[in-house]
Amino acid sequence: MSAAPIISFSQVCKRYPGGYEALSDISFTIAPGEMVFVTGASGAGKSTLLKLIAAIERANSGTVLVGGQNVSAMRSGGIPFLRRNLGLVFQDQKLLFDRSVFDNVILPLQVSGHAYRDAARRARAALDKVGLLERERANPITLSGGEQQRLCIARAIVNRPSILLADEPTANLDAAYAELIVDMVHSFNQVGVTALIATHDERPIARLRARTIALARGRLAASPGTVGPPA
Amino acid sequence: MNAWLRHHWLGFSQTARRLAATPLASLLNVAVIGVALALPLGGYVLLVNLQAFSRDIATDPQVSVFLAADAGKNDAAEVEKRLRAFPAVRAVQFVGKEQALASLKQRPGVAELVATLQDNPLPDAFVVTLGQAETALAQALERDIRMMPKVAHVQADWMWMRRVESALRFGRTGVALVAALLGFGLVAVTFNTIRLQILTQREEIEVSRLIGATDAYIRRPFYYLGALQGALGGGAALAMVNAGILVLNRDLSGLAGLFGGNLALEPLGAADGVAVAAFAAALGWIGSFLSVSRHLQKNSLQ
Ligand SMILES: Nc1ncnc2c1ncn2[C@@H]1O[C@H](COP(=O)(O)OP(=O)(O)O)[C@@H](O)[C@H]1O
Ligand SMILES: [Mg+2]
Repeated sequence: MSAAPIISFSQVCKRYPGGYEALSDISFTIAPGEMVFVTGASGAGKSTLLKLIAAIERANSGTVLVGGQNVSAMRSGGIPFLRRNLGLVFQDQKLLFDRSVFDNVILPLQVSGHAYRDAARRARAALDKVGLLERERANPITLSGGEQQRLCIARAIVNRPSILLADEPTANLDAAYAELIVDMVHSFNQVGVTALIATHDERPIARLRARTIALARGRLAASPGTVGPPA
Repeated sequence: MNAWLRHHWLGFSQTARRLAATPLASLLNVAVIGVALALPLGGYVLLVNLQAFSRDIATDPQVSVFLAADAGKNDAAEVEKRLRAFPAVRAVQFVGKEQALASLKQRPGVAELVATLQDNPLPDAFVVTLGQAETALAQALERDIRMMPKVAHVQADWMWMRRVESALRFGRTGVALVAALLGFGLVAVTFNTIRLQILTQREEIEVSRLIGATDAYIRRPFYYLGALQGALGGGAALAMVNAGILVLNRDLSGLAGLFGGNLALEPLGAADGVAVAAFAAALGWIGSFLSVSRHLQKNSLQ
C-alpha cells in the first residue's frame, strides 16, 4: 500500500471498567478510500473498535492514529474537531425525536458553526442523496426503520467527512433494504470516503468483495473471509 | 457574519426557543424571580423617596453663631462674609445684640429680668441656614465656624438629622440583607431551572457531543438561558414596583393635602431598569454557571 494509512491501530487494548477486555492486541491499517467491513459475533468488540476511532472510548494501551493524529493521546479539547471530520452512524441511531428530519441533519453543521443558508443547502443535498428530501419536515419517529437508517446516513455525511463509520447500519432490516443501505455507503466510498462498516451480516460482504477485519472475542481472527482491497 | 458571532447568535436563538417551548414554566420562573427582586427593589424605592421626603418636610437645619462680646462691626462683617462663602450655607441672618435684647423683652416673664440689666449682655449673633441635611457635612461646618476669629460659641441641633439618618441607615441595611437573601434565591432558582433543562436536553447534548460540539457550544445556551431568565425577571420586578408606585401614588395624593407637601413616590427610570436587569442577568448567569459546572461535568469526556 503506497498511501499513508488514514487509520492505524497498533497493539491496541481496551478494557472497560470492571476489567472486561473488549479488545486485545489489535493491529491493522486502513488506506484512504478503502471500504472495510468489521465483522464478528455480537460482543466481539466491533462497536468498541469504532468508538476508539471517534474517541468515544479511549484505549488502555497501544496507539490509534486517525489521519496521522494520535487519538489515544488526544486532549479532550481536540476531540470535537476530530469528530467533525468523521461521519458516524450509531448502532442505536441517536436520532432526536423532538425535531424534524431536516433539523436532525443540519445539527452537525450548526455544531461546527456553518452559516445557516449554506448549512440548509447542504442538509437538503444530503437528504436528497438518501432519498428523504420530501420528508424533511416529518418527525423521524414517523419514518420506517429503513428510512430512519437513511436519515442516520444523511446526518453522517452532511459535513462531508473523510471517514464514515457505520455501526450495524443494516440491523433489523430485510435483505433488500440492507442491500440498499450498504450500496448507499458504497456510493459514498466510490467518491473517495473511507468507509468502515461494523456488521454481523455477511451477505453484502461477499457481493462487494470488500476487505474485512474479523473479530472474535476482542481479538483479530484469522478469518477465511478476509479479502484484500479490490485491485 | 463570522463563526464566532454565528455561534453566539445560535446559542441565543436556541435559548429563546427553549424558553418559548415551555411558556408556562418559563413564565412562572420569570414571575418567581420578579417577585424575589421586587421586594428589595420596592424597599429601595421607598428608601430613596423617604430620603428625599425627609429633606422636604424637615425645617432646614440651622446653626446659631454667637460672636465674642468685644466683637465690633468689622468683625461681624468679616464673619458674615466667611459664613456666606460655605457652599453648604443657604442663608445667613444677622441678629444684632440690640435686636436680640428687644426680642427678649417681648417675652413675658423675662421682660422684668431684662429691665434690671444695666448693660446689654447679649452678643451679636448669626443664624445660619444650611441647604443640605447631612450630619457629617453639618458637623464639619460647625467645626470650621468654631475656628473663626471672634466666634465665641456655636450652637447646633443635629438630633433630628441623626434620627432620620440612622433610621435610613437601618432601612438600607434591611434592604441590603433582603436583597442578598433574595439574590441568593435567584441563583438557586436558576440553578434548578438549568438542572431540569439539562435533564430534558440530555439526548441533544449527547448527540451534539458525538458529532463534534465543543464544551463551550454545549454550555453557551444554558448561560444565555440563565442570564435571559434573570433579565426578564428583573424587568418583571421593575414592572411590579412601578405598578405598585402608581397605585400608592393615587392614595398618597389624598394624604398630600394634610401634609401640604408634594407626596408622590418617584417611579424607577430607564437607568434603574437597565441596572436591575443587568444585575439580575449576572445573578442568573452565575446560577447557570454553577449548575452547568455541576451537571455537565460527568460526561464531559464524551
Ligand atoms: N460501556 C461498557 N462497559 C462495560 N462493558 C462494555 C461496554 N461496552 C461494551 N462492553 C462489553 O465489551 C464487549 C464488546 O462490546 P461491543 O464492542 O459493543 O461488541 P459488538 O459491537 O461487537 O457487539 C462486550 O462483551 C460488551 O459487553
Ligand atoms: Mg455493537
